Amino acid sequence: MSDMKTYKPNSLLYLDGVSVSFDGFKALNSLSFVVEPGELRAIIGPNGAGKTTMMDIITGKTRPDSGEVFFNGTVDLTTKDEADIAQLGIGRKFQKPTVFESHTVWDNLELALNRKRGVFGTLFYNLSGEDKDRIEEILATVRLTHRKDDFGANLSHGQKQWLEIGMLLAQEPQLLLVDEPVAGMTDAETAETAILLREIAKTRSVVVVEHDMGFIRDLGVKVTCLAEGSVLAEGSIDFVSNDPKVIENYLGR
Amino acid sequence: MITSFLLKSLDRRVSFAILALLAIAVIVPVLNLSLSASNPLQIPTYVMQLFGKYLNYALLALALDLVWGFCGILSLGHGAFFALGGYAMGMYLMRQIGSRGSYGDPVLPDFMVFLNWKSLPWFWHGFDMFWFACIMVLFVPGLLAFIFGWFAFRSRVNGVYLSIITQAMTYALMLAFFRNDMGFGGNNGLTDFKDIIGFEVQADSTRAVLFAASAIALALALLIASGIVRSKAGKVLVGIRDAESRTRFLGYRVENYKLFTFVVSAMMAGVAGALYVPQVGIINPGEFAPGNSIEVVIWTAVGGRGTLIGPILGAILVNGGKTIFTGIWPEFWLFALGALFVAVTLFLPKGIVGTVAEFMAKRKAKAAGADKPAEATGAEQAEAAQ
Repeated sequence: MSDMKTYKPNSLLYLDGVSVSFDGFKALNSLSFVVEPGELRAIIGPNGAGKTTMMDIITGKTRPDSGEVFFNGTVDLTTKDEADIAQLGIGRKFQKPTVFESHTVWDNLELALNRKRGVFGTLFYNLSGEDKDRIEEILATVRLTHRKDDFGANLSHGQKQWLEIGMLLAQEPQLLLVDEPVAGMTDAETAETAILLREIAKTRSVVVVEHDMGFIRDLGVKVTCLAEGSVLAEGSIDFVSNDPKVIENYLGR
Repeated sequence: MITSFLLKSLDRRVSFAILALLAIAVIVPVLNLSLSASNPLQIPTYVMQLFGKYLNYALLALALDLVWGFCGILSLGHGAFFALGGYAMGMYLMRQIGSRGSYGDPVLPDFMVFLNWKSLPWFWHGFDMFWFACIMVLFVPGLLAFIFGWFAFRSRVNGVYLSIITQAMTYALMLAFFRNDMGFGGNNGLTDFKDIIGFEVQADSTRAVLFAASAIALALALLIASGIVRSKAGKVLVGIRDAESRTRFLGYRVENYKLFTFVVSAMMAGVAGALYVPQVGIINPGEFAPGNSIEVVIWTAVGGRGTLIGPILGAILVNGGKTIFTGIWPEFWLFALGALFVAVTLFLPKGIVGTVAEFMAKRKAKAAGADKPAEATGAEQAEAAQ
C-alpha cells in the first residue's frame, strides 16, 4: 500500500490499512481509500461489509486496531474523540434519523449551529441576528420553514431525515458522512434527497453509504464497493456494477 | 451576561412560583410571630417547622430534577449530597455548643469526649466559623459530585448502571458514617444543637428565620435552575437526554455538560440538607439510607420530571401525604408510597405538572385549529405542492 502515501498530502480524508476486529470478527480488514476535497462519493456493499464501522472510525466512535486515518492530510483522527472530530469539520448523519425529538425544528438547528460548544459558552449564549439568518437559510434549504416551530417528534420520517441533514449543514462541516439517507423514503422524497445532496456537495465533500442502487445512479458519482472489510472495486457505477467480484459478492446475491 | 441569563430564566410560571415563595417567606413567619396563639390565623410553630422541612425536600427534588428530568441522569444517590450538606451544617452547630455539652469540654463535642479523643480531628477545624461551614455546605457535596461524575461520565457509564453506582455511593457513605472512628458521631450522628450564629435554635424567631431562608433558598435555586434550563446549555442537556450520540457528533463534550449539571445539582442538594438540619435538630447516617434517595425520585416523578415546578409540588404533596398517612395508618405508608409510584408511572408518566401542561397545550392547539381552518389547509396545500 506504499503507493497510497502519494495521495495523502492532497486528500481530505485518507484511510490506509485500517483494520479493526470485534471479538475475533474482522469488521475492517486493511481498508484503504481516499476522498478528495469537494468530492461526492458513494459507498456500497453487502450487510456486514464494514460500512458503518468505517464511519465509526472516521468519527472517533471506534478506534482502529491498526492503520492510519488522516483528515486534511495532516490531522490524525485516531487520537481524537467524537466532539473533537465534529469540531474539526466532520459531520455525520445516522442511518436511523436522529434529531432532538423534544426540541422544535428551530432549536434543533440552533444547537447544531457551528458556535462555541463549551458549557459556559452555551450557558450565556444569545441568538444573534446573524445566527437567525443562517437558521432561516438552512430551513429553506431543507424545506422545513413551515414547520420551524414544530417538535422534532412530530415530523414525518422524511422530514426528520432532512432536518438531520439541515443540522449537519448548520455544523458547516468540510466533510459530511451520510449513512443510508433514503432508507424508508418514498420515491419522490428519494429523488428530492439526491438533488439536495448534490446541492450540498457543491460546497463540501460528501460520503454517502447507500443500498439503493437507483439512488446511487441518480447521484452519478464515483462508487466504492466494500466487502468483508476491504475495498472490492472502485470507479463509476457502471464500472463497479459490471465487476465480476462485485456481482458475486453483492449484486448477485 | 449574568443579567441576561437571569432575565431569560423568568417565564410566567417560574416568576409566579418565585414570587409565591418570596411571599411565603414573609407571610408565614409574620403570621407565626406577630399573632397570639388564640388567633385562628396564627400559624403554630410546629406547622411552620413542618413546612420548612417540605421546602428543603422540594429543593432536593428540584436538584434531582435538574439532572434526571433535564439531563437524563437518574441519580439514586442524591440523598448523599443532602446528608453531606446537613453534616457540614451539623458540624458547625456542634462547635457552637462549646462548654454547654454534657461533658463540658470547651472544644470537643460530647461524642469525642466519650470516645476518649484528646484533640479535634483535622477535618473539624474551621467549623466553628459560620462562613466556613457555609462554604463547606456547597464545597463538600460539589467535590464529591465532581470526583464521582468525572470518573463516571468520562467512562460513559449510563442508564441503569449509573443509577446503581449512585445508589452504592450513598450506601457506602452510610456505612462509613455509621462508624464511630470516622469522627461524625457514628450511629447517633450530630444533635443537641444550641445556637446558630448566636441565636437559640429552638426559639420561635430562629425557626421563623430558618423557614424564610428555606423559602428564599428554594426561590433562588428555582431561578438558577430555570436559567440553566432555558439557556442554550439547557437545550444541550435535553439533547443529551434524548439523543446522546447525536449531541456528541454535533461537537458537544457530553461529559462536561453532565459534570456541570451534576455538580450544580449536588450543591443545591447540599444547601437543602444544611437548612434541614437546624430545623429538625439532628443529622445521622440514616439520612444516607438508599431508600431516602429513592423517595426523592418518587416525589419528582409524581410532580412531573422535566418541569421545574413539578418536583417542588411533588415533594410537598407526597410529604404532606406522608405526614397525614403515617399519623393515621403508619404501617401502610410504604405500601401507599409504592402504589403511588406504580400509579404515576402507569397513568401519569409525565407527572402532575407535565400532564396538566400537556392538556392545556392540546386545548390551545384545538382552539387555534378551530379559529383558522383556512390557514391550516393552506399550509397543507403548500406541503402537497412541494
